Amino acid sequence: MQFLNLKHRYENSEYTISYPDFTLNEKEHLLIIGGSGSGKTTLLHILGGLLKPTQGEVFIDGTSMYSMSESGLDRFRRNHIGIVFQRIHLISALTVIENLALAQYLSKQPKNKPLLQDLLSELGIAEKAKKYPNELSFGESQRVGIARAVINKPSILFADEPTSNLDDKNSDKVLKLLQDQAEKNDASLIIATHDERIKRHYNNVLNLDNEVIPVGNG
Amino acid sequence: MNIFKLSFSYLKKSPLNTGLNILLLALGIATITTLLLFNHQFRNNLVQNAEGIDLVVGAKGSPIQLILSSIYHIDSPTGNISLGEVQSIINNPMVAQAIPLALGDNYQGYRIVGTERSYLALYEANIEKGEFWKYSKEIVAGANVANKLQLSLGDTIVSSHGVMEAGQAHEDEPLIIVGILEETNSVLDQLLLTSVESVWDVHEHDEEHEEEHDDHDHEEGDEHDHDHDEHEEEHAKHKLEVSTEPFGFITNENLNKELTSLLIVYNSPLAGAMFPRFVNDQTDMQAAAPGFEITRLLSLLGIGFDVLEVFGFILILASMLGIFIALYNAMKERKYDLAVMRTLGGSRIVLMSQILLEGILLVLSGSLLGILFAHLGIAYLSGTYQQAEQFNINAWVILPEELIILNGAVILGILSALVPAIIAYRTPISTTLSKES
Repeated sequence: MQFLNLKHRYENSEYTISYPDFTLNEKEHLLIIGGSGSGKTTLLHILGGLLKPTQGEVFIDGTSMYSMSESGLDRFRRNHIGIVFQRIHLISALTVIENLALAQYLSKQPKNKPLLQDLLSELGIAEKAKKYPNELSFGESQRVGIARAVINKPSILFADEPTSNLDDKNSDKVLKLLQDQAEKNDASLIIATHDERIKRHYNNVLNLDNEVIPVGNG
Repeated sequence: MNIFKLSFSYLKKSPLNTGLNILLLALGIATITTLLLFNHQFRNNLVQNAEGIDLVVGAKGSPIQLILSSIYHIDSPTGNISLGEVQSIINNPMVAQAIPLALGDNYQGYRIVGTERSYLALYEANIEKGEFWKYSKEIVAGANVANKLQLSLGDTIVSSHGVMEAGQAHEDEPLIIVGILEETNSVLDQLLLTSVESVWDVHEHDEEHEEEHDDHDHEEGDEHDHDHDEHEEEHAKHKLEVSTEPFGFITNENLNKELTSLLIVYNSPLAGAMFPRFVNDQTDMQAAAPGFEITRLLSLLGIGFDVLEVFGFILILASMLGIFIALYNAMKERKYDLAVMRTLGGSRIVLMSQILLEGILLVLSGSLLGILFAHLGIAYLSGTYQQAEQFNINAWVILPEELIILNGAVILGILSALVPAIIAYRTPISTTLSKES
């Protein structure tokens, strides 16, 4: 993945955020760090195919993402992108297992309930399958969110502030889950966070407050 | 998982809202459908029962009352007409056929009508079991009466005075069932038919009997047995043969008797202009034309029907508005869901169809429930009110108009879900997700 000359300005906003150019190789992970308002969620949305930047291009596997049509982009997200949101956003009208089944349906994969059950077991929430989102703790919802993001076997897994509501122990657990799932799917993991605790784990850190700082082994 | 299940889950999530919308729509649809079913069958039966009858002649009074009592056998008769007057009608050259009706008694609320074979011919009724009456006090029962009261051939019944239930019983004048008619889907199904003479006999004897009773009070008790024997002899004597000729019951000794009304068939259409005037001006009787009176009746009832219909449409519109508001409001909290579904790869079209489907599901279930309500309501009414039975209102007739109602409702459902669906279509993913997150 490569992004070049990215700039974005929101409507009704005076600021234009400029992003440094960056190239991420296949299966490599990236940490995007920045304080609030530094534009990390915006960058995540741009990279995830949710927001067309005002300027600049994003290439994945050599294809320019935003030169695709709306339906092409839908298809692209379906096949390549998985996102874990900061506020998980599970569908409250559906149970845990139905939320996963919906993701499977929307990404046009064959119906496969055992696979969903396995995934839930893997994440340690198998017994929550029939629960509704409002019956879950934040940690449980987050795991469902992770499960939902990897159902389509994405090539890039995004996570927006995955550790912001967690203590050290749990934040390590979640990072481990995300990394495991990324590796299992041969996917790149891109995390946007303001949480400096995470930094030591990653080779590639894009600091939006300063610049790209390549760090040695972590 | 599919959009059908997804829509269903959303509807299930807010059961109160969903239930109220469905109920409101069901009430509107039920009102319209009930009117439709009732109106259709009511009109049909009004027209069918009066078919072939050009005019009704009876005692002076309300013409609608005369029509209602003589053709449909609801409402009380206007009074009686003398045989002398009857003769002046049946001998008139403009009259092709006249059917005599002698009303005044009932059995458990079902009217006993003294008439002739021509009355059966008018409705093309055939005898299913038994035979036509030969003697006085023999009864041919309509299909529905026989069925409802479990009457079979040879049963004897005791009629009561009056056309409504619970009159004074003619206890000493049992009538015997000799025939049961095929179902005709006409008013005949609800009647007990007998000869004109039979109706006279029952009443005449009753009057004599009352006089006897009065005498009896003044006499001594030891004569009682003798009296009783006399009764039995009289019974045997009363198995009188009745005339089979049209108006054969008009004999010299009967001239003081009376009928209730005559159903008239004209010789030529021209008679319609002259004959009613002749009856109304030259005799003490009145003439009422069924066609004219039915139209008048329907236009009177029509106002009521129209009001109910408007009411039904208002209910439907209100429920459509309710569905629109519910879906529209839901869009506010659903925006996140929609955006998330887009990130999961759902296309705009899929999300839009899902919202439309939700509207259609709501409307379809409301409409089907409403139509069911309407049929159940009519079944209840026709089981409860004999007047409804009189009109052969059948609760389980499905009219093609009901399909039109269903289609119309689905179209309205799509319309009320359209704006929310367009909102769904247009939901921007990133900005929606960024808000409050």
